[in-house]
Amino acid sequence: MATTPYFCSLMWTRKLKLRLSFFAGLLCWLLFTIFDLYQLFIERYQLQADLSDLLPQVLFTGFVLSTLVYFRYIITKAESINFMDLLWRVFITGLITTVGSLLIRLFFYVFDKSAISENPVTINFFYHILIALVVIFLVSTFVVWKRLILYQKNKNLIQIWSFFEYALLGSLLFDLFGNKFLSINFNIAFIFLGGFALVLSFNLKWIAYLNFKQKWKSILFILLSGIYVYHFLLNLINFSSTEVLTIDLLDRSYVVSLFVFIILYSSISVLVTLFNLPTSSVFERKLQEAIDFQKLSHLPKGDTSVENTADLLIESSMSAVFADAAWLEVKGAKPILITRGLSKESVIEIKSLVKQESVRAVLSMTSNGEVAHNKSIATLQHDDFKSIIAVPIMVQEKQLGSLVLLQEVAEAFNREMVEIIITFVNQASISIENAKLIREAIETERYKEELKIAKNVQKSLLPQKLIHNDSFDVLAYSMAADEVGGDYYDLVEPTKGVFSLIIGDVSGKGTSAAFNMAQMKGIFHSLVLQKGSPKDFMQKANKALSGCLEKSSFITAIYFEINTKARSIAFSRAGHCPPIFYSAQSKTTSFLECNGLGLGILRNSDFNQYVEEKKITYSPGDILLLYTDGIVEAKNATGLQFGAENLKNSLLTHLDKPLDQLRDGMISDLITFLDGVTLDDDYTLTLVKFEK
Amino acid sequence: MVNIQIQNDPAFDLLSVSGEIDASSSIELDDAIISAVATPTTKLIVDLSGLDYISSAGLGVFISHLEDIQQKGKRLVLFGLKEKVFEVFRILGLEQIITIVHSKEDAIQI
Repeated sequence: MATTPYFCSLMWTRKLKLRLSFFAGLLCWLLFTIFDLYQLFIERYQLQADLSDLLPQVLFTGFVLSTLVYFRYIITKAESINFMDLLWRVFITGLITTVGSLLIRLFFYVFDKSAISENPVTINFFYHILIALVVIFLVSTFVVWKRLILYQKNKNLIQIWSFFEYALLGSLLFDLFGNKFLSINFNIAFIFLGGFALVLSFNLKWIAYLNFKQKWKSILFILLSGIYVYHFLLNLINFSSTEVLTIDLLDRSYVVSLFVFIILYSSISVLVTLFNLPTSSVFERKLQEAIDFQKLSHLPKGDTSVENTADLLIESSMSAVFADAAWLEVKGAKPILITRGLSKESVIEIKSLVKQESVRAVLSMTSNGEVAHNKSIATLQHDDFKSIIAVPIMVQEKQLGSLVLLQEVAEAFNREMVEIIITFVNQASISIENAKLIREAIETERYKEELKIAKNVQKSLLPQKLIHNDSFDVLAYSMAADEVGGDYYDLVEPTKGVFSLIIGDVSGKGTSAAFNMAQMKGIFHSLVLQKGSPKDFMQKANKALSGCLEKSSFITAIYFEINTKARSIAFSRAGHCPPIFYSAQSKTTSFLECNGLGLGILRNSDFNQYVEEKKITYSPGDILLLYTDGIVEAKNATGLQFGAENLKNSLLTHLDKPLDQLRDGMISDLITFLDGVTLDDDYTLTLVKFEK
Repeated sequence: MVNIQIQNDPAFDLLSVSGEIDASSSIELDDAIISAVATPTTKLIVDLSGLDYISSAGLGVFISHLEDIQQKGKRLVLFGLKEKVFEVFRILGLEQIITIVHSKEDAIQI
């Protein structure tokens, strides 16, 4: 717990300093008074005592410094909200100290010309009390003035102020030498400090932040403080004239300088505040406009968003241009008509009365969005209203609504007012538009998320791993143009050593193609189990698809039955791109032609007559290449198609490589050909290489 | 982009299709065929000599009207196909069920 004392000391510091300075001040004043009175007593009875003349002076200085420290801690920094608190403090401190000083005067008034009132000890005793009151008032007022001057300070100001404050402290030491009022040294110090005080007195930024009422209040407070100052000076001069004082406050340049500084700053403050009174309402209005503008910038949230923004817009616009009435109209699915100071019937009436073309356009929601002050103001021949401002509310370059402001007086609106209204309306439009865009973005994001799910689902429809035995190796590559696509390939082994391989392409692309592809997969997996011939498969598949494909959709496919025992391939083609077969023996490629018709084109038994089946044998090293039309119809920037010939050549180029490198080589050939153009169709490549 | 012109003759309807037919322009082709099928003629001739490309969606449009045309006792004849376009029809097997000829004269005569 080593840190605890440290935190405690931090917490106690301010309180401790306050108490210390308070007691130090009290002690200094008591000692100062006692010493002075004791000295007077010695003089009076001509006793011999060796007391230094300097001691009371030091004690007085200590008292002043302690008071200064005390008030510095008690009066905090000026903020725009506590200017009135600071002035109120000056007023109250002044009131209390003045009451004390009045009591002293009352005493001398009551006991006028009596022995007790002419006794130097009595006079000095009361004078010391007065000293304490005057110092407390002067120092506390000085600290308040300091806080006000240093409101919104800059480096220069701080430098000048520090210099002034150090010079004042210097004058405290200077006073130790006991220069009399109006001596040469006194005058030099006094003029020097007075000059600084004058310069500093023109730092009055805080006045601008007072509203009309506060300005009146502050004038009152400062004027009353002026009365206190006048009273204190009168009292001090009265004492000074008795000529029995051991110490005269008016001989001290520090005190006189403080008086001068406080009087200077007070008078200038009062004058400036007074001259600021007429413009204060304008300043307040501008401030309100800024606040309203800032409020309008906030993004509207929730269902009532547009209504809230509309309310705020109409309120702030009306107060900005002193309108007597206004309405705000928003068209759309949920039209809004908000009126202030007039009925909905009057709105229709006024609309028919407007003669100026540009204003009529705004009112009938056909404005082109061009707003200018001379096109927004018009005069009215209406019983209640004579002036009108109409500004369109534009969202995405279309007029969404209009804001109309009315005045009972003719020619009440000016260019500046229109500009404020336009600014308000623009800001509100931006807020409404932003809210709309965010809603749309969220919606789009949701669709994207759904498509991502669809993509993952579809990915799982394609085999993750193609089964095969040691007679052949097989690899596939598939890419969809959109999130989901319509290409399909699959490989199963219904009988040992006999594989069923399919490649299919659903017409169209995107979501509908993806659904049809899923149906094709279902049909493939169920028909494969029936172990029919490829021709059989196509006929049954066409029958099954006829019932579930929409009229304009069809599917092209090739079905292979690879018998690894007999080294034979039986196949049937339904409108799909003819596969390319590479013979290792003759080192040539050929298309596996076979008549056929796309699935779903003829949806009756007529289809069956068009289906053919062919059978070939293979040898080790032979390659079967299956592809979809997305590859051969892929176009580059010049509009040239990749074509079947390029594909064949690509196969020959990479022939000797391992199967995965062969596939990657062919894909990279296609990408090189496209040269940056993205494919707008799904494409799939399947390679089968026979090993033995 | 596709450009389709319809010419109604007492004996036949002639659609001249040029440009490219993809998923979006296939809707125009669909509309044109629907209006041509509705006429009382017995033959629908489609001039594809200006056609550069047809996507599977475009082929789907022809396919979707085959049954309808047959039921109305009409005959669909295509002519003037460029080699590339004909290849697409051939691969799909459509040349077996749609009459495809070389010239307009052949198409009218058939």
